[in-house]
Amino acid sequence: MAVSVRRLGPRAVGLTYLLALLGAPVAMIFYRTFEHGLAPVWNAVTQPNAIHAFWLSVELVAIVVPLNTVFGIGIALLIERGRFRGRALLGLLLDLPFAISPVVVGLALVLVYGRTGWFGNWLTAHGIQVIFSIPGMVLATAFVSLPFVARETVPVLHELGTDAEQAAATLGASAWQTFRRVTLPAIRWGVVYGVVLTTARALGEFGAVSIVSGRLEGQTQTLPLYVQDRFENFDTTGAYAAAVVLALLAFATLLTMNLLARRTRRDTAV
Amino acid sequence: MAIEVHNVTKRFGSFTALDDVSVTVKDGALMALLGPSGSGKSTLLRIIAGLETPDAGNVSIAGQDLTAAPARTRGVGFVFQHYAPFKHMTVYDNVAFGLTVRRASKNEVNERVGELLSLVRLDGLAKRYPSQLSGGQLQRMALARALAPQPKVLLLDEPFGALDVQVRGELREWLRRLHEEIHVTTIFVTHDQEEAMDVAGQIVVMNGGRIEQTGTPRELYEQPVNEFVMSFIGPVNRLGDALLRPHDIQILPGGDFASGAVEALVRRVVHLGFEVRVELTLPDGRDIWAQVTRETTAELELEEGQILSARLPTPRLFA
Repeated sequence: MAVSVRRLGPRAVGLTYLLALLGAPVAMIFYRTFEHGLAPVWNAVTQPNAIHAFWLSVELVAIVVPLNTVFGIGIALLIERGRFRGRALLGLLLDLPFAISPVVVGLALVLVYGRTGWFGNWLTAHGIQVIFSIPGMVLATAFVSLPFVARETVPVLHELGTDAEQAAATLGASAWQTFRRVTLPAIRWGVVYGVVLTTARALGEFGAVSIVSGRLEGQTQTLPLYVQDRFENFDTTGAYAAAVVLALLAFATLLTMNLLARRTRRDTAV
Repeated sequence: MAIEVHNVTKRFGSFTALDDVSVTVKDGALMALLGPSGSGKSTLLRIIAGLETPDAGNVSIAGQDLTAAPARTRGVGFVFQHYAPFKHMTVYDNVAFGLTVRRASKNEVNERVGELLSLVRLDGLAKRYPSQLSGGQLQRMALARALAPQPKVLLLDEPFGALDVQVRGELREWLRRLHEEIHVTTIFVTHDQEEAMDVAGQIVVMNGGRIEQTGTPRELYEQPVNEFVMSFIGPVNRLGDALLRPHDIQILPGGDFASGAVEALVRRVVHLGFEVRVELTLPDGRDIWAQVTRETTAELELEEGQILSARLPTPRLFA
């Protein structure tokens, strides 16, 4: 059956690639985690440091995702609707976090906000600690996950065009009313997808946060940092268990957004 | 309310879209802005609505200078070429939009939307979404939406452009009647001279960012001020510098040379339903065409290769 082989060929290649890259490693993590039963896993994830790392990661996501959603939409509007020179430059700047290695981002933040950095003296004088504490970690996480919402929103805004927004203006809507009632509902799927990616990125961020946090156990250790810490200390059970929690969080994010998307789509029947 | 546009100029980069244009539309009039694409007609409409800012000149509505006013405060109803529906809202919410942004009471909104939906014959479709409407229905929804906040003037950009021929005809007729009913000052933009003549009482012919002529359909047809208007407003034959209307050419049996008729060879006879297009070659070798009725065609038994006589009208010459 030449036809079906030809059709299955690309499919098989694609699936094998995905399996080798994603399926097998993730499956292995799950297998190694649970190979000695549930008790050791439960023990590992209920360690105070593990619980602290979990909540710290959640806290970072809770701060960074709303921030980057608001700014991401704002930047997308500037790029797509703004009328000023340097819009292209703005688009280029927006892609920097994709291009720069997170480690470099971390170092750069230390150079600017660290004790010996540009603002170091001023910050110390005012009793504000950025590096080795939450503000620095928020900055690092925000930086690396900045482009997602904007990048997902720009093409949707472009596709939408300005007709509906202009129609709203001729009908007497203010800029805010137009955004709230016309633009935002029309771009919501782009934004939602951007939020999912931002969340996933913020949850998993390692390099930049690793540098600015100082990796203080039970204080500035996020879940990915905790995984690394356990691994380095030959506590494989602890490392695998925490990795599974991280993976489950990511799955939960994707699943929630998916269900949310499906329900809203059904409600509006568009 | 009357609309007055004074000496408006608009450039996009090096392209001059409007060059010192002035127009007055009387209160309650139904006016067409007619011209080929790129003539500046849509730009003029958008400047009146406040969607573009003129580089020079001013716009006033009901005697009030609105040149600097933002679109949302102008009290202008605008129907976009592709209707610009709010796709995530029902027909009801689309029409209600201009009322709800002004925080009108629920009863007020309900009443007005109901009234408008029956005016545009969309009652029963209130809960539909734009994606579930036909082109003609979308067009009427857009019109109802524009009329909801009781605009001082109504502006329509190529309102029939995106519809198929049959629906277009119906909607033209309907728009004319609607205008008689509600009498709001209306301007619509079109590139279709037949549409302009069918619907509007007054036509402004535009070309290259300037106004060529303003007048009633009849004035434009019978007394075009220049070659552009004459050839844009109806079919023409060109004989050197002279222009003739095809239906002014009279066809007579061969050998009838009364009142200066000339010999003509029938090259082709095209039946276009009601009218017949006869392509002729004159003795000096020039080609023209005449528009005749089916009766004439039958009477003279017109066919290719036949030689007959044609009487040409006094041609128009534009300096």
